[in-house]
Amino acid sequence: MVQAIVQILITTFVEPLTKALRNARERYPALFDILGAAAIWLIFAALVLWAITSEAQLVVIGIIVGSILALGAIGLTLIYGIMKFANFAHGDTMMLGAYVAFFVLTGTVARTAREDTELPWSIGSLPGALEPIGKLTFGYGLIIGTLVAAVVIALFLVALNHLVYRPLRKRGSSIVVFAVTSLGLAMVTRALMLIIWGPDPRVYVSGIHIADKYDLGFTTITLKADQIFMFAVAIVLTVLVYFLLFRTKLGKAMRAVTDNPDLARVSGIDTEQVFTWTWVIGGALVAVAGVLLALQTQLNPILGFVLLLPLFASTILGGIGSPQGALAGAMIIGISQEVSVGIDLSIGGLEILPLAPAYKFSVAVVIMIFTLLVRPQGLFGAKA
Amino acid sequence: MKAERLLTPLSFLAITAAVIIMPAERSGWNFDSVISFLTAFATTVAIFAVITLGLNVQWGYTGVFNFGIAGFFMVGAYTAAVFTKSPAESEFVRYIGGFGDSLAFLPFLDSGQWLPFVFGSVAAALMAGALAFALSIPTLRLRADYLAISTIGIAELLRAVVLEERGLVNSARGLIGIPRPFHDFFEPDDYKFVYFGIAVLVLIVVFVAVERGIRSPWGRVLRALREDELTTAASGKNVFGFKMQGFIFGAMIMGIGGSIYAYERGSVSPDTFTPFFATFIFWVMLMVGGSGNNRGAILGAYIVWGIWTISLQLQGYDMPEFVRSRIFFVRDLLIGSLIVIVLLLRPAGLIPEERKVSLFIGRDTGPRPRGPTAEPQPPDEPPPD
Repeated sequence: MVQAIVQILITTFVEPLTKALRNARERYPALFDILGAAAIWLIFAALVLWAITSEAQLVVIGIIVGSILALGAIGLTLIYGIMKFANFAHGDTMMLGAYVAFFVLTGTVARTAREDTELPWSIGSLPGALEPIGKLTFGYGLIIGTLVAAVVIALFLVALNHLVYRPLRKRGSSIVVFAVTSLGLAMVTRALMLIIWGPDPRVYVSGIHIADKYDLGFTTITLKADQIFMFAVAIVLTVLVYFLLFRTKLGKAMRAVTDNPDLARVSGIDTEQVFTWTWVIGGALVAVAGVLLALQTQLNPILGFVLLLPLFASTILGGIGSPQGALAGAMIIGISQEVSVGIDLSIGGLEILPLAPAYKFSVAVVIMIFTLLVRPQGLFGAKA
Repeated sequence: MKAERLLTPLSFLAITAAVIIMPAERSGWNFDSVISFLTAFATTVAIFAVITLGLNVQWGYTGVFNFGIAGFFMVGAYTAAVFTKSPAESEFVRYIGGFGDSLAFLPFLDSGQWLPFVFGSVAAALMAGALAFALSIPTLRLRADYLAISTIGIAELLRAVVLEERGLVNSARGLIGIPRPFHDFFEPDDYKFVYFGIAVLVLIVVFVAVERGIRSPWGRVLRALREDELTTAASGKNVFGFKMQGFIFGAMIMGIGGSIYAYERGSVSPDTFTPFFATFIFWVMLMVGGSGNNRGAILGAYIVWGIWTISLQLQGYDMPEFVRSRIFFVRDLLIGSLIVIVLLLRPAGLIPEERKVSLFIGRDTGPRPRGPTAEPQPPDEPPPD
């Protein structure tokens, strides 16, 4: 009976619609392609233009959030493009990176649920390591911590690649097995963070941070020095990854594997080596992203999974395998999230924005599904 | 290979022994408290087995990669709750519906004790099915991993709606005081056995429905398209339509599972339906038990929920403070490692799928001819009767 009802529903409502859409798509493929991309860009440009005239501050915060997301999304998009699976552990790995830097800086672990234990020595006890650099809130200790975290996370991911993902690959497992495995590893990573550092949120540097005012002519915005630093780090690292991909031999090999792994292998590229390097790059980037995220918000084990959806949304919106796409996607997601929960908009007396804060990450989900409908290959992705 | 064959019964026995012995020892071998502990445990296993069967229809048989189980589970549980509760009265507790009193319209057989619950479960199935229908239009044509990301996102979006829309289902505080079927007919102490019976009955009905559905021509199409969509399409089957039907059928089962969960707990709260708990645990259950096998799905629910329960029981034992204060996180670590280890070492699960086209081969036609080109049979497949 149910089957019959479903069948009737499909034939009357769904099929004519999808058929019409498919026909149009087949007849004018280029037109649809351009329309999809144009729709995304136009909607976004309108949003930014409108938001910048009324609430420029929100756009600026969105750009900062976007640059943190971008570092995570670039690693995710490389892993996704080269190893062809969705890594659900990426958000939790990001948070783990933040915690490793925290550990290197302070030497703190949780002893019980309420108390901490500090190691007798950590980077933070070096002379001047906690002294703020210029107007930033942190000293060179955190920079050392970040570098150590990048190395540790890269090694951690390479170890997981060898212990878990490579055996699965050898057996020719489906992408679904990879995805479920990575979800399991996400749970393991989060449990490790909770066991070692406990569930309470932490910060690198406590206290009130003073923001500077900047006059843009038509409006003023407030920015902390840390936030300018985050944006600069994100841009520099993205440019580095871009050069690595398009100017080095390893990058050429990575792009070849993204396009066609079998063809890459028969042309003599050691794909396993490419995979290992992908984990190294993705891990280092995501660790830095984690530290910046914790600087902007806080260290909290549950934050990793919350960020996974914006990360995936940025990756899919930008096009899988494309680092510049991930950057653009992350900026769009970051700005849309901040603007939609902070700005007032009512049309005909009906209040549309701001959304309640709980919907912040739902914005990313909606953008992602919209992208998958109008342009599944993303803004910069190769044609599927 | 002999040792491997023992894995399934051994893991079953180990879990059973631990689940009986640990509460028995803690209660000083008090028979009554052990029985009531085991009843509660078995009831939860039955409820979660129903949801795992729903996932088995979607993933094990149809090949639809649903990472949004929490969404269907939640919709089922909340629908059942608003169908059986009385209308909201205070301004601090606000929710829609509350049809419990008006649904008890039969003047005989104490219909208030059972009729709203039947309606609640049916409505839960329909709502979850409708959600699956709505989701399948944009997402079901996508690649498997896109589908997974979209479904996990939509499940979280629904949870945000439940948390944020205060008039809908009482937001973060959840709904409490959900009535229980046949509650007034029995002594409070005996009620748990009654509800255990109800949960097992639902499990049996769902199990039989899935088994019959999967062994019907309809089920064979689902399994065919799971293996190869192109070939199935070439055989004249509407791949999208069948995929959608499998997805909706599985979602309806999850909705029913959600409804009997709500009646058993007596309360629902959005905290339950996080992706880590309400989606991941069912994937672990299915993968441990064996996807594509309904008995495996039930065994997986038993074993994984057994491990979950045991690790909570450990709290009562003497152990270092370091571990005691982290017992929940250690449990998460165990469950997360379990799925990775199972997928690495025993990807087919404890009871692998039976690779049989029809039950009648061997019974009605004699043994299947085995030429030199016949596929090697997996070692742990039982010989045909």
